Amino acid sequence: MDYFIHLAILFAIYGILGLSLNLVVGYTGLLSVAEAAFYGVGAYVTALLLVNAGWNFFAAMGVAVIASAAVALVIGLVLSRFGGDYYALASLGFGVIIYSIFLNWQAVTNGPLGIPAIPRPDFFGYVIGDEASYLVMSLVFLLLVYVVSRFIVRSSFGRAIRAIREDEAAIQVFGYRAINYKLLIFVIGAGIAAIAGALYASYITYIDPSTFSVNESIFVLAIVILGGLASLRGSLFGAAFLVLLPELLRFVGFPDTIAAQMRQAVYGVLLVVLMLYRPEGLTGEYRL
Amino acid sequence: MLILETKDLSKRYDGVAALDGLSLGIEAGAVTAVIGPNGSGKSTLVNVLSGVAPKTGGRIAVSGVALGRITASDVAAYGITRTFQEVRLFNQMNVMENLLVVLTEKNVFGAILERHAEKHARRAEELLRKVNLWEKRSELAGGLSYGQRKLLEIARALASGADIYLFDEPFAGLFPEMVKIVEGVLVELRREGKTVVLIEHNMDLIRALADRVVVLDGGKLLAEGATAATLGRREVLEAYLGE
Repeated sequence: MDYFIHLAILFAIYGILGLSLNLVVGYTGLLSVAEAAFYGVGAYVTALLLVNAGWNFFAAMGVAVIASAAVALVIGLVLSRFGGDYYALASLGFGVIIYSIFLNWQAVTNGPLGIPAIPRPDFFGYVIGDEASYLVMSLVFLLLVYVVSRFIVRSSFGRAIRAIREDEAAIQVFGYRAINYKLLIFVIGAGIAAIAGALYASYITYIDPSTFSVNESIFVLAIVILGGLASLRGSLFGAAFLVLLPELLRFVGFPDTIAAQMRQAVYGVLLVVLMLYRPEGLTGEYRL
Repeated sequence: MLILETKDLSKRYDGVAALDGLSLGIEAGAVTAVIGPNGSGKSTLVNVLSGVAPKTGGRIAVSGVALGRITASDVAAYGITRTFQEVRLFNQMNVMENLLVVLTEKNVFGAILERHAEKHARRAEELLRKVNLWEKRSELAGGLSYGQRKLLEIARALASGADIYLFDEPFAGLFPEMVKIVEGVLVELRREGKTVVLIEHNMDLIRALADRVVVLDGGKLLAEGATAATLGRREVLEAYLGE
């Protein structure tokens, strides 16, 4: 039972990441490969405030969201000048830079050794220590992020970012400053990713840089693409599918020596098959 | 009265002059046709006036106010809108949304708080009925026929509520009944006192619709003036009509 709860918590965390990245990639058409950076900023800021300063988890998460959004604002000022392939490449560059800060700024992040003994959240004296309570809290945050994302995509802003995805030059003819829209959605996405980071840090109680590498960004991108671009429900579906897939593959019974590699290969094959037969993802309507 | 003026306007692409010291004036409240052989700079003129392509030299003034180094989104604030020669719609959005996005709040923070706006929906319906696309309102713009796409782009320009409309070959490739709709749009704009700049090749349409004609050749001004008189000038006939 505990194991199912563990998977459900991972689903909530990756669901939040999927929703966050879908706002940027699916709705606005900006192929960002920097998601893990903001996930990481959220995790590190939360962990440091909990471990070193003894902060309350929820206050630490709030600061983590602001810190991640601030980093995204600086990065976004540069990124938002780009579009298409250049955006993807530049975001990859920023993702690598932030990863190497996690790895090398040892005085703060403790480098490759990571930060151990991160406490579980304390909610007015009630410690959310057991897995079931943590799941409930994670699902509440997932729901909150879903509702906020839905509010955004159904607003006039949501329509404008989709128009930017379709034709950035054409929308500017009608008085839109596309750069402001691209910047704001990037900042919002980064803030949301930090929520996932905070949840992860306090759940696993240990973080190190390896969790926030470019591989993780690509994994979240796979969630978004598999679930469906510009489909919020799709991102939840994609997260559930990719979190559960390794478990399903256990039943296939690959020999232990090659099981891990086979799982990676199955991910790859799945993505290729999807691009060939259903490029809009399982539930989406749009193509990249 | 001139609403739009250019002085020594130039635009170079990799050293090639698409516009070469062009000085002309567009009369307010009139339909001005811009004609000239292929490569004479007609579309470049529309791209530069709408801010889509930055000018490389010269001046542009709207109602006497000089436009500096500004982008397309700034140009909209001066009441200028346009259509594209190669139709550019928001293809994976439906017909209705293609108009709503032009009608709704542009400020980034205002837009995030704006949800349902009945008055915008009513205006969009009015415009879609005008171009006979109301029945198609829920279809994706990318799925429309070529002619319907052109009509939607014209409706989108109207939705901007601009004072100056730059239409780049709005009649090209349209069936006769669609030509009638676009003619009706242009006549109505003129009746409302709006200014129209029309790139067009069809001389019958120009004679029927345009008050004035500007003739370009090699990025330079060849002739400008009232329609009938300008089209009858010898250098225009030689350069453009090959007569």
